[in-house]
Amino acid sequence: MKWDDILLMRHELQLLAVILIVTCTEIYLTGKDKARVVPFAIALFTLHMVAGWIKPEEGMWFGGMFRTTPLIHMRKNILDLGVLIVLLQTAGWVKKQLVDENRVSEFYLLLWSSLLGMYYMISSGDLLMLFLGLELSTLPIAALAAYEVIRLRSAESGIKLILSAGLASAITLMGISFLYGSTGTYAIPELIKILSGTSLENLGFLFFFAGLAFKISLVPFHFWTPDVYEGAPTGVAAYLSVVSKGSAVFILMILLLGLTPGGMTEIWTWTLYVLAILTMTIGNLFALRQRNLKRFLAFSSVAQAGFILLGFFSTGPDGMASIIYFVLVYIFSNLAAFGVVHAISVETGKEDIGDYDGLYRANPLLSLVMLLAVFSLAGIPPLAGFFGKFFLFMSVASAGMYVLLFIAVVNTVVSLYYYLLVVRAMFLRKSEAPLAYFKSDAWMRASLVICVIGILALGVWSGVYEYIYQLCV
Amino acid sequence: MIPGVSLLEILTVSTLMFFIGVYGFVTRKNLITVLMSLELILNGAAINFAAFNKYLYPGQPDGQFFTLFLIAVAAAEVALAIAIVINLYRRILSVDVDNVNTLKH
Repeated sequence: MKWDDILLMRHELQLLAVILIVTCTEIYLTGKDKARVVPFAIALFTLHMVAGWIKPEEGMWFGGMFRTTPLIHMRKNILDLGVLIVLLQTAGWVKKQLVDENRVSEFYLLLWSSLLGMYYMISSGDLLMLFLGLELSTLPIAALAAYEVIRLRSAESGIKLILSAGLASAITLMGISFLYGSTGTYAIPELIKILSGTSLENLGFLFFFAGLAFKISLVPFHFWTPDVYEGAPTGVAAYLSVVSKGSAVFILMILLLGLTPGGMTEIWTWTLYVLAILTMTIGNLFALRQRNLKRFLAFSSVAQAGFILLGFFSTGPDGMASIIYFVLVYIFSNLAAFGVVHAISVETGKEDIGDYDGLYRANPLLSLVMLLAVFSLAGIPPLAGFFGKFFLFMSVASAGMYVLLFIAVVNTVVSLYYYLLVVRAMFLRKSEAPLAYFKSDAWMRASLVICVIGILALGVWSGVYEYIYQLCV
Repeated sequence: MIPGVSLLEILTVSTLMFFIGVYGFVTRKNLITVLMSLELILNGAAINFAAFNKYLYPGQPDGQFFTLFLIAVAAAEVALAIAIVINLYRRILSVDVDNVNTLKH
């Protein structure tokens, strides 16, 4: 083992250093001074993110358990971007609520530990590392969901998350044990060579897949999503719906495109086919009848997960590139929507769609951001969301699955209806008691500006997709 | 390798533990018993790893490594779950699943 190899793990070690520095800093601050941790933490994380853009080397460490390539590194950078936006959005809430309770740096510590778990999960070269990363990324989020300890709803969402996550990881483990039993190894490159599609391997992989499907909230495993999103603090719900889901999509991409027993045989294609249709349709139908905006965004994120599945049918680089691009677009659009909900909920405590009646008169800028976000989520050109969906549909069409393509397009139209309900409430309806005007803090405004720039720029500028595509080839 | 016990018998035990665990997870009303059911599933997987390693691939200790990590992670998971249950108990003075239903559509 050469010591130079330590540079391969640079990005993880950097984040670990950031976590330790912020934890140590808090020791020297007392009382109200603890609020100073917030800008310090955000500055350090920005530094970490910028340093992450330096081109990494390619290689393996720890006998192949840890591996990194430019593509893997870019996925980590995308997750960093999502976390930075979440940090900016939560800054005001942290200052308002957590400083008095003296629980500031723990929030950052838990959030970043979970991100560290995702790094290791994406970089894993064997299933043991993958499992450890998965657990490290899930457990802190459960603690974060229950973070507002005095609210019953927060505690309830925490218990629902930890129990369903526990069941999912136990089933994943059962699956890995079957894969190990039939092959005698759990290193991913060796598994790819040995797996041939016997029934034990298929059963093991199905169990394994179920655990990850839970994290992305595909349909038979989505029951926890709306409850957890509604009860958890809004920033944590945004993190769950974007960063956590994005990392699980990335790891599923590595597994489905390489590890499926006997290749993408007919059984697996049909399993995905049915799951994609169920997820899109049920997510959309349930989103139609939600009144609470956080539950509404939860079901809309279930439906978006169904659209992501469409990218798995094409085995070439265009499928992979379209998934990564969609995750990037989804980070900007969904975080913009969550940001507006968060700003209004911190300021007024209201989360129902009826409370948004006449928002345009009271607060035109916020409602414009929300308009862009839902249009991008629905996929209206020229916004980024349109191209995200367009590339996914193209990859399904290139695989020749026109029925699936048709169902996906119908679902897009259905989703347009409920996204427009929000727009109608904000712009067309009048309210007896509209929300009062308020100015959100600078951090929140900065995060919304980043999201809006992302939504507009990714829609107009094609360089990003070409860069991702060229890495996938 | 235990003399007189075949791999099939051990796998039967672990599979039974898996199904009893899943059944308990779905039907039990007390949050602590739900956690115990979860532990049954995890331990079923741990037995699988150790047994496969010992009977089929005795050369390398891969499976036993996995068992060790699994036990540690399961302990962390249960510790966190119990902390959240205790917090919930302070709010509603109950650990019954039926009382945990404020979030509904």
